[in-house]
Amino acid sequence: MAPIVSVSNLVKTYASGFQALKDVSLDIEEGEILALLGPNGAGKTTLISIICGIVNPSSGTVRVGGHDVVKDFRETRSMIGLVPQELTTDQFETVWNTVSFSRGLHGRKPNPAHIEKVLKDLSLYDKKDNMLRELSGGMKRRVLIAKALSHEPRVLFLDEPTAGVDVNLRKDMWQVVEKLRETGVTIILTTHYIEEAEEIADRVGVINGGKILLIEDKKDLMKKLGRKELRVDLQEPISSIPETLSSYDLTIEDDGHSLIYDYNTAGERTGITTLLTALAEAGIRLKDISTRQSSLEDIFVELVGARA
Amino acid sequence: MNLEAVKSIYFFEMARTRRTLLQSVVSPVISTSLYFIVFGAAVGSRIQEIEGVSYGAFITPGLIMLTLLTQCIGNGSFGIYFPKFTGTIYEILSSPVSMTEIVLGYVGAAATKGMMIGLIILATASLFVDLSIAHPFVMLLFFVLTAVTFSLFGFIIGIWAKDFEQLNLIPMLVIPPLVFLGGSFYSIDMLPPFWQAVSHFNPVLYLISGFRWSFFEIADVNPIVSFSIIIVFLAVLMTLLTWIFRTGYRLRN
Repeated sequence: MAPIVSVSNLVKTYASGFQALKDVSLDIEEGEILALLGPNGAGKTTLISIICGIVNPSSGTVRVGGHDVVKDFRETRSMIGLVPQELTTDQFETVWNTVSFSRGLHGRKPNPAHIEKVLKDLSLYDKKDNMLRELSGGMKRRVLIAKALSHEPRVLFLDEPTAGVDVNLRKDMWQVVEKLRETGVTIILTTHYIEEAEEIADRVGVINGGKILLIEDKKDLMKKLGRKELRVDLQEPISSIPETLSSYDLTIEDDGHSLIYDYNTAGERTGITTLLTALAEAGIRLKDISTRQSSLEDIFVELVGARA
Repeated sequence: MNLEAVKSIYFFEMARTRRTLLQSVVSPVISTSLYFIVFGAAVGSRIQEIEGVSYGAFITPGLIMLTLLTQCIGNGSFGIYFPKFTGTIYEILSSPVSMTEIVLGYVGAAATKGMMIGLIILATASLFVDLSIAHPFVMLLFFVLTAVTFSLFGFIIGIWAKDFEQLNLIPMLVIPPLVFLGGSFYSIDMLPPFWQAVSHFNPVLYLISGFRWSFFEIADVNPIVSFSIIIVFLAVLMTLLTWIFRTGYRLRN
């Protein structure tokens, strides 16, 4: 199946000379949730802005639903909904009017039933006659999502949707995203929160310095790059690692009460069995054993640090 | 043509006028009434007729033009600058709307608002002076063309402006002197020859003169020349706007 969004060799150099995107290429499949991770200034917002038509590309092509975003902008923009990073709202408009305005901008005839559904789905319906300035930050964020959904888009861009919102609201937002996915909408979100990508994304892209460092299925990525940590709690503390265990990459923690062993899940042998045997042979008695999977955050830091 | 979008922008802009009725309508009516009291009644009663027209009536087209230009530039520039300032412009730029449709929506609303207030000023003026319009269609032509042209001018200022100071620079510092020195309150025949010549470089002179001709058939310059000047200015603005659309100047960069 052809990708719903296809970016090829995209370059953006701003008038100041700053090159925000350097030969970026990526495909986004219909119905997936793609999380784009990257530090500030990585090029995430510029990439989204070009796909949505807000910023002109310097070179390269972007196709949405098979249409070029510059030549066939009417087709592509009709398919796209955008929730911007900043809480940009018309403070003196009512929720209903501003969402209806967005639908009209996309050339869709008024459809109060659809607007009502969108507002109800986002728990905004009881606020429909409120002016935006009367709403909390979280509610305003929902209004921006409602505006983006007002014209029934096939692709939804969420630029840092949970930036600056509290933990509860963030989890609410994830539920909203999950519900949207069930309706078949393709979702691309940029985020600083690795936890967010880990929680809701199907695929993860890492962008830094205007380049896509990788795009991988989230599970594959964690399997491929993920490291695991074996923690061995000891009955008696030790002050140094015995000579017979020096071939293992061990570190002592908790004042000698624990040994930490790092291993790669992708490796042929993890070395756990031989380590445990060696520990027994060295006369070290174990109290407990636990393992911890490295998070996406560890992977991200590792990637950005290594390739930046 | 995305007519739904044009309608949405147009009515969204018009809704703001309703919300700010006092500032949008009442304020220009009060200030124009003051002009009529001061210049028409107090000062005008001591000034003889100009080419057979009472002074109060003579200044009416100029006052309407002053309001029309100020309002159209103000509304046209604010309409596009405000979304740039608040950031809501992202929505316009990411919608399936061509720049022509954006202009139709914003400039159409700005021109409508300017004309509404211009007509209110005309109605207010008729309370103070006896007015007759010799060529109503010509008057309407000048009225609409001026409103559209200067709303477009305002729109370009709104795109160009990076802050509120720049936004107000032309409407506050350039337009009022041009209107006052463009024969709003006098015929340029009253000026010494040197200043008469200088006045011909003032584009607003042509607007006021042509507009006044449609009322009283008296003009400082030939009405056809006046009409041509507006068309030339409109063409210059359209060319500038085409360049802005093509390059994305201060919108898509």
